[in-house]
Amino acid sequence: MKQPVLLKKGAEASLYLADWHGRKVVLKKRLPKKYRPSALDKQIRAYRTVHEPQLMHEAKKAGVPTPIIFLVDQAEATIIMQFIEGKQVKQLLNEVPKSERQRLCFKVGESIGKLHEYGIVHGDLTTSNLIQHPTGKIFFVDFGLGEKTRELEARGVDLHLMKRALQSTHYKFAEECFESAIKGYSTVLSHEKSENVLAKIREIERRGRYVAERKERE
Amino acid sequence: MFRIDRIHGQGREKMKKNKAKERYCLGIESSADDFSVGISTFRGKILANTIDAYVPPEGGIHPREAARHHSDVAGRVLESALWEAEVQPQDLSVIAFSQGPGLGPCLRTGATVARALASYFNVPLVGINHCVAHIEIGKLETRSENPMTLYVSGGNTIVAAFDSGRYRIFGETLDIALGNCLDVFAREAGLHQKPGLPFGAVIEKLAQNGKQLIKLPYTVKGMDVSLSGLLTAAVTLFKKGDCKLEDLCYSLQETAFSMVTEVTERALAHTGREEVLLTGGVAANKRLQNMIKSVAEEHNARFDVVPTNFAIDNGAMIAWTGVLAYTHGAVTAIEKSQVRLRWRLEEVEVPWMQ
Repeated sequence: MKQPVLLKKGAEASLYLADWHGRKVVLKKRLPKKYRPSALDKQIRAYRTVHEPQLMHEAKKAGVPTPIIFLVDQAEATIIMQFIEGKQVKQLLNEVPKSERQRLCFKVGESIGKLHEYGIVHGDLTTSNLIQHPTGKIFFVDFGLGEKTRELEARGVDLHLMKRALQSTHYKFAEECFESAIKGYSTVLSHEKSENVLAKIREIERRGRYVAERKERE
Repeated sequence: MFRIDRIHGQGREKMKKNKAKERYCLGIESSADDFSVGISTFRGKILANTIDAYVPPEGGIHPREAARHHSDVAGRVLESALWEAEVQPQDLSVIAFSQGPGLGPCLRTGATVARALASYFNVPLVGINHCVAHIEIGKLETRSENPMTLYVSGGNTIVAAFDSGRYRIFGETLDIALGNCLDVFAREAGLHQKPGLPFGAVIEKLAQNGKQLIKLPYTVKGMDVSLSGLLTAAVTLFKKGDCKLEDLCYSLQETAFSMVTEVTERALAHTGREEVLLTGGVAANKRLQNMIKSVAEEHNARFDVVPTNFAIDNGAMIAWTGVLAYTHGAVTAIEKSQVRLRWRLEEVEVPWMQ
């Protein structure tokens, strides 16, 4: 096995490109965090290491491409998975013309719809967690914060987070991107269901931020 | 109403002649439980920062009661800020006030004082976003330039950084604010706060004697956090009576702070910023400071924390942000100076950062 090459030092895990029995793989290692107590740290890392591959497997059943999982090592908080060739949607959105941007977002929305319909929320829908393969398929990665749930609240938060991620990294066309994604999303979920999710997003946006004020109004 | 005339007689001889060349902004902050007046020079020297905190006899802040407190102390606080700064009211170049977000009745009290001053002395008025002010005073006091900011207080929990004209929110709370979470737990646990010793400090002290980490809900969603489940769980455990209060305070702090630290780290890794700034009332907590510092070091970023007297809500931050806004063309007409209870950080243009 060749020496793994550090691809990215993320916030919670380091990603290495490695060779694993002749396959190009990504080694995802969740590193201990000094800032939190070690008991809490171990618990969080172990949970996410086991949970993430399970959700990725479920996502495939829902019809959403995710990397193949080869190995899960809970003690080392390490996952070995397929390396996906291609470009991050984060990059693509800044490079492609408007029509292509809308097509991409529509497809992403469709996939989110499939996940939600299947009872999965991704939990971290930033555009850097979406990779377009040369075949055109959009792979979803990083399910560490995902959940198996059919709750309306969880679905609303999932999309709200995506909207917010678009606003902070792609503010120039955040609105048009989100609109296209919702269009794609609505083709998968029934009209009624997607309307409910949209209403939920509006509710989530209204809440929080200033609790005392909310109490005052009640 | 403000007895400003008294300044004339008593303060005159203390005035230095060269002060006439200097330009001043007076800032009024009243968005929640603090009423404060600060005075800043146009060059960013804070000359006064007088704060009068409303401490409710029991329970949380009732907006109307707090607003009554604010109007009761407004004159005195204003007077003492001017006295301390050795500035004549007629020497002020601009009046800034906290226009939002915050509690309606409280904000309105400050806005009324600001409007009265601006029209009486015929100087421009500038409405300031409270969240922007917390970031700006942090930058002024620590000399950090373009940081990833974690702003944590009783009303807000926001991870933000400047990009293309505005402070963009990367992460925030989906429900209650971090300071609110700590305050409500303290109240439910029967703890008491005193002027100068807020609930946050009481919990921090108790937590230092906590040893056992009790399992509490840890909820990070993307770059957002959710704290209400954690609060409910901690309160329920306290009421059951099986856990030591010290251990609960310790566990509550460790869990909640780990969550906000994790999202700060995510935002930092995502953007590759080289500075991290901790600001807002909860920034005074030493444990939180250490956690954020650790993350900053991990990513080779500089760590800064706002000094404690500028961490809580204060008029100086409004005054300084007033200087920035006014010198970049912002003026708020009196008829457009109504308070904005839900004014989002992202809505504010920040021309001085170009």
